[in-house]
Amino acid sequence: MGEGGATVDPKLLEILVCPVTKGPLRYDAKAQELISEQAKLAYPIRDGIPIMLAEEARSLDEPDEGSGQQSS
Amino acid sequence: MAGERADPAAGAPGPESRLVFDRALVRRHRERAAAGFAAHDFLKREVAERLCERLDDIKRRFPLALDLACHDGAVGRAVAGRGGIRQLIQCDLSEAMGARARGGPRAVADEEWLPFKAASLDLVLSVLGLHWVNDLPGALVQIRRALKPDGLLLAAMLGGETLCELRQAFLSAEAAREGGASPRVSPFADVRDVGALLLRTGYDQPVVDSERITARYPDALALMRDLRGMAEANASVARRPCFTRRETLLAAAAAYRDRFADASGRVPATFEVLYITAWCPPAA
Repeated sequence: MGEGGATVDPKLLEILVCPVTKGPLRYDAKAQELISEQAKLAYPIRDGIPIMLAEEARSLDEPDEGSGQQSS
Repeated sequence: MAGERADPAAGAPGPESRLVFDRALVRRHRERAAAGFAAHDFLKREVAERLCERLDDIKRRFPLALDLACHDGAVGRAVAGRGGIRQLIQCDLSEAMGARARGGPRAVADEEWLPFKAASLDLVLSVLGLHWVNDLPGALVQIRRALKPDGLLLAAMLGGETLCELRQAFLSAEAAREGGASPRVSPFADVRDVGALLLRTGYDQPVVDSERITARYPDALALMRDLRGMAEANASVARRPCFTRRETLLAAAAAYRDRFADASGRVPATFEVLYITAWCPPAA
């Protein structure tokens, strides 16, 4: 649960794509999120582990962090 | 129960039309089981070991591998230097499980929504994960696409004979008490289904073989506790939505003992394991 300790493995970052669109992801190191512009979803990274589930992702359409799920 | 069989080879499943498993429940089962999993992991460990041994007979090297449905990392431990694996990505539907799989890169992901780039992996390993997938053809296609040309899928999943004793025990207990039976044991695919499916989803030289592992328990209630502990409890959509009545449970346990107990009073539980070896076709 510690904040900031673990980092995401660079090789893993290289091969991850958005599970919904299979499109590219942008790594936001500060927010610890992987952003899929196409799906308008931000997947959280917790303890260095990317959570690649649409139902856990933050919708980029909503101003605050609801757990809104966007189906494309 | 016949109508509830997983039969992924029968026609293309629509995305919502043939939901057999409650994936959210599969995930919850794993989240709940994570902390105590080590006490209930005999099947996972055993099958992981047997699957990984198969890498010894394969000449090819697999620098980048993925363990899909890693649970607490049994495959990672069993694989230990085999197959020329330099990096193993461990991945599970459950965050709590993934957090326990120590060492190396990890991700939380759903077999039905794989988050890996096309042609990025040399090897996909999966132990006791694929029998919980609704859209098995879809998952197999996604795995094949994530594999590099000549990449290998090496997987083990539970097959149709699994828990046949428990199925029968519940059937007789419920028919007598609750006026009809509901599926108490998740439906599983069989060797032929899976073989046909691998061909249909574009794999080369698919081989599916099956093996039975029999575990022994003091009684059926101990078996059911163990199934919960290993996160393999029933998660079919067609399951009865409420708790099983105590009376029915006890009747099922009695039926189980009457039919199957050995001389010492212990009861057997069959796990049929389907082993899959299938290659991604070479680059055109």
